[in-house]
Amino acid sequence: MIELLGISPQALFGQLLIGLINGSFYAILSLGLAVIFGLLNIINFTHGAQYMMGAFCAWFLLQYAGLSYWWALILAPLAVGITGIVIERLFLKQLYKLDHLYGLLLTFGIALIVEGLFRNEFGSSGQPYRIPGELTGGNNLGFMFLPNYRAWVVLASLGVCLATWYVIERTKLGSYLRAATENPALVQAFGVNVPRMITLTYGFGVALAAFAGVLAAPIYQVSPQMGSNLIIVVFAVVVIGGMGSIMGSIVTGFALGVIEGLTKVFYPEASNTVIFVIMAIVLLIKPAGLFGRAH
Amino acid sequence: MKFTRIFTLAAVVALCAGAASAQNTDGVVKIGILTDMSSLYTDLAGSGSVLAARLAVEDFKAAEKGLKVEVISADHQNKPDVGSSVARQWFDVDKVDVIVDTPNSGVALAVNQVTKEKNKVFLVSGAAASDLTGPQCSSNTIHWTYDTWALANGTGNAIVKTGGDSWFFLTADYAFGLALERDTEAVVLKNGGKVLGKVRHPLNTADFSSFLLQAQASKAKIIGLANAGGDTTNSIKQAAEFGIVKGGQSLAGLLVFLTDVHGLGLETAQGLIMTEAWYWDMNDNNRAFAKRMAAGNKGIYPTMVHAGVYSAVTHYLKAVEALKSDADGSAVVAKMKATPTDDPLFGKGTIRQDGRKIHDMYLFEVKKPSESKGPWDYYKLRATIPADQAFRPVNAGNCPLVKG
Amino acid sequence: MVDVTSGRLTAPVVVVARHQYIAFAVMMAFFVVAPFFVYPIFLMKALCFALFACAFNLLIGYAGLLSFGHAMFMGSASYAAAYVAKEGLSIESLRILSITIPIHLHLPPFPPELAILFGTACSGVLGIVAGKLAIKRQGIYFAMITLALAQMIYFFCLQAKFTGGEDGIQKVPRGHLFGTIDLGNDLTLYFFVLAVFLFGFLLIYRTIHSPFGQVLKAIRENEPRAVSLGYRADHYKLIAFVLSATLAGLAGATKAIVFQLASLTDVNWPMSGEVVLMTLLGGLGTVFGPVAGAFIVISLENYLAQLGAWVTIVQGIIFVVCVLTFRRGVIGELGRILKKSL
Repeated sequence: MIELLGISPQALFGQLLIGLINGSFYAILSLGLAVIFGLLNIINFTHGAQYMMGAFCAWFLLQYAGLSYWWALILAPLAVGITGIVIERLFLKQLYKLDHLYGLLLTFGIALIVEGLFRNEFGSSGQPYRIPGELTGGNNLGFMFLPNYRAWVVLASLGVCLATWYVIERTKLGSYLRAATENPALVQAFGVNVPRMITLTYGFGVALAAFAGVLAAPIYQVSPQMGSNLIIVVFAVVVIGGMGSIMGSIVTGFALGVIEGLTKVFYPEASNTVIFVIMAIVLLIKPAGLFGRAH
Repeated sequence: MKFTRIFTLAAVVALCAGAASAQNTDGVVKIGILTDMSSLYTDLAGSGSVLAARLAVEDFKAAEKGLKVEVISADHQNKPDVGSSVARQWFDVDKVDVIVDTPNSGVALAVNQVTKEKNKVFLVSGAAASDLTGPQCSSNTIHWTYDTWALANGTGNAIVKTGGDSWFFLTADYAFGLALERDTEAVVLKNGGKVLGKVRHPLNTADFSSFLLQAQASKAKIIGLANAGGDTTNSIKQAAEFGIVKGGQSLAGLLVFLTDVHGLGLETAQGLIMTEAWYWDMNDNNRAFAKRMAAGNKGIYPTMVHAGVYSAVTHYLKAVEALKSDADGSAVVAKMKATPTDDPLFGKGTIRQDGRKIHDMYLFEVKKPSESKGPWDYYKLRATIPADQAFRPVNAGNCPLVKG
Repeated sequence: MVDVTSGRLTAPVVVVARHQYIAFAVMMAFFVVAPFFVYPIFLMKALCFALFACAFNLLIGYAGLLSFGHAMFMGSASYAAAYVAKEGLSIESLRILSITIPIHLHLPPFPPELAILFGTACSGVLGIVAGKLAIKRQGIYFAMITLALAQMIYFFCLQAKFTGGEDGIQKVPRGHLFGTIDLGNDLTLYFFVLAVFLFGFLLIYRTIHSPFGQVLKAIRENEPRAVSLGYRADHYKLIAFVLSATLAGLAGATKAIVFQLASLTDVNWPMSGEVVLMTLLGGLGTVFGPVAGAFIVISLENYLAQLGAWVTIVQGIIFVVCVLTFRRGVIGELGRILKKSL
């Protein structure tokens, strides 16, 4: 067996694959942020809390309605998306004429409230959520044991990311969306209901976060603070990718997951900081981000 | 709109003014439960600890004995600075006489220092750091329920002796995790076991898969989890997913509480081995206490931390009653050390010169789902570690209070 | 005061007026009398945070830059000050790549004033590095970059040996000021902290009313125009950033001496959020707003400490209410009622 820098190929492939799995979460979350930012010009600080709400929603459905994981995968994003729409209608709408930073502050405040409420209600030990029966077990790939559920996570997130990309870049609806990003007044003049589009876009971005939350529920504990640390990493991912392009944020998400995985092999102590270091380097070389447009 | 603004303004001003006024009570034994009400340790300590203290006061029948006792509480948010400033304010302004519980070693060490400075009493139930009875020991502090040394000793010894002689450590990369790893490694080596490797993970890691892969590759029989709270539950959960237990390796949780097992569910947690000081289903006294606790605490059954709070408060009140004064903290602690402990939950015990409360520790195994007969029926007893072996020998801790 | 009609986060150009002197006199009178009625340690905490909020306000209120990572300056300074006050400083040698430069520097524990200076200097240096990176982007990106950099510093502090991990650096001696004045006494320490606060407060006051401050506001209002007038915008922004970082560090270092403790709380992201909250509640771009905001938030936390998770919930509600209906903040609103800029 060839040893690469003292690391066996088994370990290397294993970690690469795991990096890809983590990257799936980065990709869906940064995609949601990018979609919301594109139209609303708001950085949605509540994204982490909404990811957590998605996971909790799945848990509620199982606990109180007996609905399985597969139902949760559809219903949780829907339910959380609706709360997102309510937030947009009630609060965010009032801020569009103001400095965009107010949107950041407002969503930060909402995130604090939501997390506090959940923590009050459910404590913080986390709630158990079992892997659905169809996806338990796993396969021995020779270089590692790949749990079926993890494989499903990669496939599901790739599917959702690509579908989103397709809708936005290749359909008529998407073309309205992109046009509204550039010039909302003009699109409004063509008879498109832009405010409603904004509302639905926010709802959709939030639903993506909730979808990621449902995917995460069986792997990680369903706990009130599961989103808050993740979201800062995702912010760094977004800065690295630049928010200009949908595909950019998907690719960056997966790529950074893999890089993080490699760091865990070669220099585990830095695995938490590597993404931030990359961010600093990217900022020095290409301040607008890898896929971003300079303003 | 204008009205809302003026109203908000007025409310804010009123709040500010209110904060400045301070209460002043005396002639009252005031017990402050300083605990985590909002984060990692809420369930295993939190409002349950406050309830446990109230029950202790109730059972002591303080009023009949002419003692006025008051229990107050605060959230330290797991921040040493919040903890130390609450402690200061309690002692300086609110006339608190004793602080109890305080999960989180960092906060406990900070409060330990303030308590010494103000000559009050600190009874630790929730925190693990064995330094509290080691280099940082104080004549104002008693460490009641458990500590890192006892956990490492109990779990490490038992596992190595039953054949688990090769270890791999999954360690949270900060002071507490490293101490737990250090203490356990010493026990493993002493018993002839070996450590095949270790990996340090950052605090509050969501994904353990890459660390678990390394543990799997090491082929160690035992994977020791030198971490706490969410990190422990996450690593256990993911170990199950990666088929680690099915593959023949065992997990040893070095700091796992009843509430963590509840959070994991038996399906995932089964077979886990851990050391604890108290379990609710061991005798009738404990069961009765558990029923009262669950009734008043959202159905959560008491952990060893809650039981420790009850026991510590009971013993403290006894000492205050005997001395007829709570003014001199170190005198109260000296009295507590001089009197053998005896309460319904921990039975008879003693308190050592270094502030270590001595009692039996127990080695438990988490039941299989099929073995569990009801809610919160999670543990079966594997071994009892007698009191004289359960804790670090008194002269091995470098506590300045211990002479010779 | 915030110009709500144009929806800007920032303050219009303020002319120094008599009423500001009056407001300052009122504030001073309060600070001198307060410790005899209110618990001094509570006041010292509030003063440290007030200075922290003022430093933060310099950046958002006058340069229009929202930093979501100011905790890194407060925290690193408090670690640095706590460390040298407790352990002194000893560097055997410096290794840069493979070159080892022998230094043999061994200093005994620092007296409090030098420890604070050292901590402040450290955060200033960090401010230069972070500022160079962060000012490459504006608006929301600036906020996210500062947040990410702060998270990096947080992980560094969590893992580095000298910070004591999650236990923090405890038992920091308060020591003797200039070798003679014993800071062990709460009241003595209070007046020392008050002096530090006043130094920072007046420095910020001078800065925003100086020509430098005027250029800063010009850049904030219209950066391309300021650049076309020959001002090097990045240069000015960087100086403002470093000044803000340094003063945030001064607050952190002082706090470490007061509480005899440096801990992860001060570098973690909720701290960055808290300073935003204080400034927003008090009034962005007002001179006295951050001070009022800090006092309110600290009192509130004091009150709610018993209520657990309600602290975060109430903080969140304040954020939402402030952003939606109370954008001027307490002092801004007061100024509007009095028709004076405070």
